[in-house]
Amino acid sequence: MQMPAPNASVLSRKDLIVARLAAVLPADALLSDLAETRAYECDALTAYRCPPLAVVLPGTTAEVAAVLKICHELRVPVVPRGSGTSLAGGALPTADCVIIGVARMTQVIETNYDDRYIRVQTGRTNLSVTGAVEADGFFYAPDPSSQLACAIAGNIAMNSGGAHCLKYGVTTNNLLGVTMVTMDGTVIEIGGPHLDAGNLDLLGVICGSEGQLGVVTEATLRILPKPEGARPVLMGYDSSEVAGQVVTDIIKAGILPVAIEFMDRPCIEACEAFAKAGYPICEALLIVEVEGSPAEIDAQLALITAIARSHNPVELREAKDAEEAGRIWLGRKSAFGAMGQINDYMCLDGTIPVSALPYVLRRIGEMSQEYGLAVGNVFHAGDGNMHPLILFDANKPGDLELCEAFGADILKLCVEVGGCLTGEHGVGIEKRDLMHVQFAAADLEAQMAVKDVFDPLWLLNPAKVFPLDSSAPRRAA
Amino acid sequence: MTPKSEEELARIVAEADRPLRIVGGGTRPVGRSTGAALSLAGMSGVTLYEPGALTLVAKAGTPLAEITTLLAAENQRLAFEPMDHRKLLGTTGEPTIGGMVASNVSGPRRIAVGACRDFMLGVRFVDGSGNIVKNGSRVMKNVTGYDLVKLLCGSYGTLGVLTEVSLKVLPDVETQVTLVLQGLDDARAVAAMAAAMSSPFEVTGAAHDPALSRTMLRLEGFADSVAYRAQALTDLLEPFGAAQAIDDPAIWATIRDVTAFADQPGDVWRLSVKPSDAPELVAKAQARGVIYDWAGGLVWLLSEGDLRARLGDFTGHATLIRGNAAVPVFQPEPAPIAAIAAGLRAKFDPRGLFNPGMMG
Repeated sequence: MQMPAPNASVLSRKDLIVARLAAVLPADALLSDLAETRAYECDALTAYRCPPLAVVLPGTTAEVAAVLKICHELRVPVVPRGSGTSLAGGALPTADCVIIGVARMTQVIETNYDDRYIRVQTGRTNLSVTGAVEADGFFYAPDPSSQLACAIAGNIAMNSGGAHCLKYGVTTNNLLGVTMVTMDGTVIEIGGPHLDAGNLDLLGVICGSEGQLGVVTEATLRILPKPEGARPVLMGYDSSEVAGQVVTDIIKAGILPVAIEFMDRPCIEACEAFAKAGYPICEALLIVEVEGSPAEIDAQLALITAIARSHNPVELREAKDAEEAGRIWLGRKSAFGAMGQINDYMCLDGTIPVSALPYVLRRIGEMSQEYGLAVGNVFHAGDGNMHPLILFDANKPGDLELCEAFGADILKLCVEVGGCLTGEHGVGIEKRDLMHVQFAAADLEAQMAVKDVFDPLWLLNPAKVFPLDSSAPRRAA
Repeated sequence: MTPKSEEELARIVAEADRPLRIVGGGTRPVGRSTGAALSLAGMSGVTLYEPGALTLVAKAGTPLAEITTLLAAENQRLAFEPMDHRKLLGTTGEPTIGGMVASNVSGPRRIAVGACRDFMLGVRFVDGSGNIVKNGSRVMKNVTGYDLVKLLCGSYGTLGVLTEVSLKVLPDVETQVTLVLQGLDDARAVAAMAAAMSSPFEVTGAAHDPALSRTMLRLEGFADSVAYRAQALTDLLEPFGAAQAIDDPAIWATIRDVTAFADQPGDVWRLSVKPSDAPELVAKAQARGVIYDWAGGLVWLLSEGDLRARLGDFTGHATLIRGNAAVPVFQPEPAPIAAIAAGLRAKFDPRGLFNPGMMG
């Protein structure tokens, strides 16, 4: 993975830059010694590391604005950072950048149940947003699997999804407004407790812009009343084609489950060995969860199990109580850990039309043979968001490169069948150079034009999202 | 001008030497624009419909009626319930899918499932330099690059001419029921709607008509579930009076299309506000007619003159949907936001060809 050479002029001015930042920040909010900045050298894409020039940990929007103003004036690149859980390298530093971390900005600013929103500082973790309202019967719907650790800032940057987005949507569908600081230090308010934009939908393009348009410091989020209850059903099939047909039939029957999760044989075997959840060892396993009152859940599960039975499952297990529900989810929720027990792995995130599922799984199996690397598939079947986990050995020379090549081929396949490179993790550096596969030059030009407007000097997270050769003239200007 | 293909449209735009007024079905003349008419009527037809994947792709000029008929045959629908502006605006013709997307048109169900923009999966458009651009795709989850889909949705043609759109569709429901509360004043009605929306009973419509003194709450789904939730919600709303259950889906078309103002003279304003602010803003508005939708988050006003001056500063925005008041149609924005919007228009349409003056 190539990163641009650091700007020598910026590196040579480190002392000046740090001194200027120190003047606008509390002493403990600025880190510039290598021993301290090293903690920020990577995010969850740990294969790539680089300590930044300096790290700032502001506590207020005003401090963020002051930092950005200085960096703008001194032409210093800035990489925003939430909790550093990006799997795509979205928060990977460069040697010449200042990291702005929002980890200290965790306050709840306002909770309003009548109008069903919460306003938070964006360093707050996803799960603790729900934590702030659940005693009163509400929750924040997007639930990325890193929700214990990931920050709302990163959720907004990457437009994070989760297991339950089939019903509730992803971050962009649950984000009402932001306070954002643009690269020149201007604080802007976009959206708010009202539901739609009065002019251009700037919020829509800010969400998912991977920290390239501004630093979002506060967010107004839609909260929803908690459903009365939820219950999963587990079903196993001896072919992924049949499991795919079951998913289609459920959706066509007019039922909208909150989650439909799919695991293939390698993944089932790994989970079973690791978590011992009592899964049937078969080709394809589905977990379908529905919500509502106990009677409503019974009614929906009756429809779903009737469809499931009509396709001859090797196993069909309905949760009778919370304990059984927990066991059904146990294996799925430990899938990544289970695969990690076997070896190092790379997690992909392409999305495909659900109708292409059997073909794509077959092709991934064939490619796995060709590359000689094992792969397990676990994914959100209702929306086609795949998560192939490719196993490799980081200590074996050449294995990471082989794994990356295999991953790139899988993502190209996703695009070829009408899907996309990333469904919820973001492009970052990981998929940056594959953007040409999905987008023509004019498509990328239109996206980069948006960045030109928000950040004309291309100082914010500049080496991400767009292929380096596409963004080079702008970054050099 | 009525291009038949994306390529022909791109050529027309590239060679244009004067402003263009982009026309879908011509049923929603919101905003003011000049220019030579550029019709999308020649680019029509559904290009992909996969009911099992809940996905629809259609060319921008496709009549909405054609799409709703196609979806209904598979027991599916556009869940955001797009408003039909014809009665309110006194227009004829057929609304198109492109026009609906360009103006982000939604309806009462927006509070439960999201707006048109939330169902958008992808767009193709021609920018002001004549480039054909695509963004998004046809899949449900996609964070590959910037989300220009949402930027284009609701841009009233000012950033590009939409040529094709991809949308998520949803299953239609087995049945629906409306619970009606009578005799609530505006503040109590908004409080009742907030209570309903804060319940787990999945209300998909919450409207209040002060003229009829009627507050309406819609439940939809499988019959047993709707019956259960109707009872539970009736119990919950008991402090606001005895709710009557009625089976009349047409009520929601009336709310959606604001038909109460259709034959009445006067300007029609659309306010998007924080729901609990709505009654106070309505009191300031001195309007002749009021309809609350979205549990108070959307307020339709029949009014005269400069409504914004009477409202003063408020959270949200007011759009002049019908009328000739000598004020901007769209809510003026603070300087830094207006500068960003102007910057985006200058990038996407550097010669100012598309619907000039439409949004400011």
